[in-house]
Amino acid sequence: MNWHGLKAIYFHEMDRMRRTLFQSLVSPFISTSLYFVVFGSAIGSRITEIEGVSYGSFIVPGMIMLTILTQSISNASFGIFFPKFTNTVYEILAAPLSSFEIILGFVGAAATKSLIIGTVIICTAGLFVDLHIEHPFIMMFFLVLTSVTFALFGFIIGMWADNFEKLQLIPILIVTPLVFLGGSFYSINMLPEFWQKVSLLNPVLYLVSGFRWSFYEIADVSIYTSLITILFFLFTCVLIISYTFAKGYKIKS
Amino acid sequence: MREILKINKITKIYKNQFKALDELSLNIHEGEIFALLGPNGAGKSTLINTVCGILNFDKGDIKVNEFDIIKDYRQTRSMIGIVPQELNLEAFETVWDNVNYSRGLYGKSPNHQYIEELLKELSLWDKKDNKLRELSGGMKRRVLIAKALSHEPKVLFLDEPTASVDVELRKEMWKVIQKLKEKNVTIILTTHYIEEAEEIADRVGIINNGKIILVDEKKNLIQKLGQKILKIELAEPIEFIPNELKNFKLQINKDKNILTYIYDTKGKNTGITSLLSEIKSLGLQLKDISTEQSSLESIFLNLVKESENELARA
Repeated sequence: MNWHGLKAIYFHEMDRMRRTLFQSLVSPFISTSLYFVVFGSAIGSRITEIEGVSYGSFIVPGMIMLTILTQSISNASFGIFFPKFTNTVYEILAAPLSSFEIILGFVGAAATKSLIIGTVIICTAGLFVDLHIEHPFIMMFFLVLTSVTFALFGFIIGMWADNFEKLQLIPILIVTPLVFLGGSFYSINMLPEFWQKVSLLNPVLYLVSGFRWSFYEIADVSIYTSLITILFFLFTCVLIISYTFAKGYKIKS
Repeated sequence: MREILKINKITKIYKNQFKALDELSLNIHEGEIFALLGPNGAGKSTLINTVCGILNFDKGDIKVNEFDIIKDYRQTRSMIGIVPQELNLEAFETVWDNVNYSRGLYGKSPNHQYIEELLKELSLWDKKDNKLRELSGGMKRRVLIAKALSHEPKVLFLDEPTASVDVELRKEMWKVIQKLKEKNVTIILTTHYIEEAEEIADRVGIINNGKIILVDEKKNLIQKLGQKILKIELAEPIEFIPNELKNFKLQINKDKNILTYIYDTKGKNTGITSLLSEIKSLGLQLKDISTEQSSLESIFLNLVKESENELARA
């Protein structure tokens, strides 16, 4: 194992966050505050409680998931896309690093950044609502698993993309709508029966539901179903990455 | 001399079916400076990128210090450094961070003293805290060399190291390369500048259409294959070349006072004696005689032309 190489990639990627520290940390703080103002105060004043939880508190897990998903994807996709774009990827390919070490470095850094931002959001949320986490370890487990899984997904997007438009295509057209329609800001029980069934086709629903369960023990689907879904997605991402990276797809001719 | 790099019948075909390397074989001696010459698209960069692991190849095998580049990629890649042709660098990082990052990638523990010495040697020390985007082209080229040397490689590939740098910097680069040779680093460089190969290389290889068409010691190459030019300066200008001298295919300058005769040093009969006798019998007075060794450039052009002709015939 090339530990120094792995460390080099990891800290090199983390350094990007350090260089834009203000933007990286202040931006989630501001957007979380805005969500609380818009959803928590404006809409929350009309929806007082959902399954015994105040609306302000109810949206916290969904908000964290929304950020974790989008940040993990964008950090990891940009992490591998940028060296491709600037042609500095030659250095990584020529170094004595295995595919596993390269992926671990990039994905590890992207997931770490998401976790830091997730923590910022939890702390910010604590300023607006009375936050109570029923199962902190399960919450952490979900948080780490989701960060890693979507960082892997982002890495796939970054490998596939050969321009900035493609880099944004999947996150904007697929991921963000799925997150918003995945019960981040509502319970699917509030929807008509037909749309409840349609929502069950949305994989993000299972993540948000499982994550919310760790906070308040309320969920749209069983916690086990949520866990199996995220593990299935993780496994699929690992398989795709292992195959494509080994073949050098869009990186190595 | 021990061979540090053995390339055996390498074939590389790109997705568009372009055969960039065609069963190419080449051995590189430890500690030498090897210049790889070839026209654009000959396969120089493909060869370098293949050995460094940046490109996959279809057939053949490559060994670095007896380690296979596929099976033992960790050992081989640790021994190799590469300076790419383009100035590809991260814009927002500092020189210091970026060079240390490269060392880490190659699995080496941090060694700030070594990196400091390296930057000083490459006249980069005072720029260590500068962001890479703030550097000039020449400085960026030096950073690329520093990055390639950051993990103390045994073999260094330089892909057009002095492309688009001014003459002064080019000469400085040559000094850097000579210093590396003194430290027993094997250097393989591709270049368009024949002058560069003539100046610093120990051996020269000529590549065309994905094949090595010639490898030899630089001196031997010039001596063995070179043609010589005999310049005969006449005391008085002449109107035209006399018929008696037609067989010698002489050329005459604009001032009509210098005759140029090109002859092959390999031939048993250079024709010089008979040419001079003929000139004497014609009563022409000589002012001066000089010879010139043909340059590596003319040899290179001749060989590439021959290889193109062979390909056309095939």
